[in-house]
Amino acid sequence: MKKLSFVLAIITLSLLAFNNPISPEEKGLEIAKSADFADQGFESVKVELTMTLKNRNGQTSVRKLSNSTLEQITDGDKSLIVFKSPKDVLGTAILTYTHKQGSDDQWLYLPAIKRVKRISSSNKSGPFMGSEFAYEDLSSQEVEKYNYKFLKEEKLNNSNTSVVERIPVDPKSGYKRQVVWYNNEKDLRIEKIEFFDRKNQLLKTLTYSNYKLYLNKYWRAEQFKMVNHQTGKETLLDFENYEFGVGLTENDFTQNSLKRAGR
Amino acid sequence: MKIQFLKYQYLVLLFSFFLNQNGLSQNEEKINDEFNLELEIEYRYFFNQGLYRGQGQHFPSVAFRPEYFIEWDDGSQNINFSGFVRLDRDDKRTNWDIRELYWQLVKPKWELSLGAKKVFWGVTESSHLVDIINQTDIVESFDGEAKLGQPMIHFSYMINMGVFDLFAMSYFRERQFPGEKGRFRTPFLLEKTDFIFQSDLKKWHPDFAIRWSNSINVFDIGFSHFYGTGREPLILPDNEGNIANLIYPIIHQTGLDVQATTGPVLWKFEGISRLNEYQNVFAFVSGFEYTFGNVKNSGIDIGLIGEYLYDNRGVLALGSMANDLFIGSRIAFNDTQSTEILLGGIFDLEKSSKLFSLEASRRFGTDWKVSIEARIMSKISNSEFLYFFREDSFARLQLLKFF
Repeated sequence: MKKLSFVLAIITLSLLAFNNPISPEEKGLEIAKSADFADQGFESVKVELTMTLKNRNGQTSVRKLSNSTLEQITDGDKSLIVFKSPKDVLGTAILTYTHKQGSDDQWLYLPAIKRVKRISSSNKSGPFMGSEFAYEDLSSQEVEKYNYKFLKEEKLNNSNTSVVERIPVDPKSGYKRQVVWYNNEKDLRIEKIEFFDRKNQLLKTLTYSNYKLYLNKYWRAEQFKMVNHQTGKETLLDFENYEFGVGLTENDFTQNSLKRAGR
Repeated sequence: MKIQFLKYQYLVLLFSFFLNQNGLSQNEEKINDEFNLELEIEYRYFFNQGLYRGQGQHFPSVAFRPEYFIEWDDGSQNINFSGFVRLDRDDKRTNWDIRELYWQLVKPKWELSLGAKKVFWGVTESSHLVDIINQTDIVESFDGEAKLGQPMIHFSYMINMGVFDLFAMSYFRERQFPGEKGRFRTPFLLEKTDFIFQSDLKKWHPDFAIRWSNSINVFDIGFSHFYGTGREPLILPDNEGNIANLIYPIIHQTGLDVQATTGPVLWKFEGISRLNEYQNVFAFVSGFEYTFGNVKNSGIDIGLIGEYLYDNRGVLALGSMANDLFIGSRIAFNDTQSTEILLGGIFDLEKSSKLFSLEASRRFGTDWKVSIEARIMSKISNSEFLYFFREDSFARLQLLKFF
C-alpha cells in the first residue's frame, strides 16, 4: 500500500511539474503562503502607533494608539488596540479575534460608562478613526481572506519583486481587487499595495518604508503611507517601540484585559 | 501635602509588600502613572416654566473630572482614581463624588479589586435593566448612565467556561433627588432622609452579587444574581393613592442579558426578575440594532435601533416604561472630528406619552469636544410617573476640554 501511494505521488508530482505547469493562481497563492510562513513564529508583539491624517489642504490631525498582537496558527491572530489621543477617546479600546474563515469577533470598550460592547465586524470597508485606512486594511492579513493570481516580476526600488493580484473573498470588502508587491530579496515582505474600488478604479496606494529586521527574522516597516487618489487625502502610520518576545498570552486578550487596557 | 504624598507611597509599598510574593525589589522601578483632567462647561435650558414653586429654567454649570492611574509590579498591580465635582444652580446637583478609587491585583486567571468601582452589565440601548451594581446619578444625566462609585470587593475568575465575577458590597449609596430649583422633580422635595431602609443595618447591609458571562460563537451571554439593598427606591402609595412610604427594600434580582451578533445585525435581550417584600417585578427589553456600514462609500455608518420595553409594575415603575417601543438611529460620520448623532423616540403603546431625544457630538481641535442633547416630552399621560416632569423638555449644551 505504502509503495503504491508513493508511486502515485511521484506520478502526480511529475504530472503537475511537466504536463500542467503551475498556474498564475497557484503561483500567487504559493507566494502569499511563503510570505505568511516567513513571518510565522513571532508569538506576540506590542507596538505604539502615531496616525497622521492629512487633508487636501495639508491640514493634519494626529492620533496615538497602541496595539498588541497574539499570533495564532490554526486561526486568525488576536489583537488589542488602545486609543491614547485625541483625549476624548482616551481609553477606548478594541479587542479583535480574527478568523481565517467568516467574520471576525470584535468588542469595543467605552471607558466613560465601563461598557464592553460586542460590535458588528461586517462593516470592514468603513474608515478607521476618520483615516484613509479601512478596518480591513488594518486587520490581520490571513492568507485565506483572498484569492490570488501572480501577475509578473518587476524591479521596484532596486529590488526584485513579485507582483500578485489578490481578490477579497468577503463580498462586503470595499475592494474589487488589490495588487501587492512582494520583495523577493527580503523574505517576501510587502513593499506596496494598490487598492481598486468596486468599480475597478484605482482608489488608494499603500507604501511601506523604513523596514527593520527584528529577531533576525521579522521585517516590520516603521511607516505606512496610504494615499487616496480619489480624494487627495493621505494618512501616515508611524510605528515606534516594537517589542517582540514580551510573552503575551491568551489571558492578555480577554474582555477583562480589554477593560483593564482601557481603564 | 507632602505628608499626604508620603502616606500614599507608604500605602502603595504596603500593598506590594503583602500581596506580591516575589517581593518588591526587582519590579519597584517600573512604575507607570498617568493623570488626566476633563473640564466641562454646561448650559441646560428648559423650554417651559416649571410646574412647581422655585424651579429654574436656565442652568449654567461646570464640572471637573480628574483621573489618576498608577501601575507597578510589572503591571500586575494598579490603583485607579476617578473623581467628579459639579457646581450647578440646583444645590442638589452641586455635588462631588469618588466615582472610582480602587486597588487591583491582576493574575493570569483572576483579578481582585478593592475599593469604589463602577461596573456595567448589559447589552440594550434604551434601558439598562440588569445593570445593578452602582446607584444611578439621576441629577447628573437623564439617560441613567451616570453612576455613583460603589465600595466593593470584586473578584473576577476566568476559566474556559467563561468569567465568574463575585461582588461583596457595603456602604449603600443613596439616590440623590433634585433640589427646589431643579427640574425632573416631584411637587414635594425628596430628601435622602425621607427614605427608610428595610434592613436594620441601613446602608451597611452587606450586598452580594455573582455574574457569569461568556462569549460563545455569535452569542455574548451574561447571567447574574444580586442580593441586597435595591438601588431603586420604592414609592409605596397608601389606599387613597397618596405617597405613604419611601423605602429601599432588600431584593433578590436575577438578570439575563444576551446578544447575538450576526453580520450587520445585533439581536439583544435583557430581562430581570426582582423579588422583594412589596412587589415582584418582571421586566425585559428586547430588540435589534442594524448598521448600514459605509453608506454609498461615504464613510458614514447609519444604525437603526428598535427595542421593546416591558415592565409588569406599570405606574409604579420609576422609569415609566411599562409597554413601550423605542426607535432610534445612530449616525457615525467617521470623519476627522468623530461627528456622531443619536436620534430616538420612546412611544408608549397604551397611553399617549412620547419622549423624543437627540444627542450629537463633535471634536474641535485635539482637546475640545462639543455635545448637545435635547429631550422632548410629548403628551405625557397623567397615569405615569413621568407626568410630574411633563413640562421638563430641555436642551443641553456641553463644552468639554481635556487636559
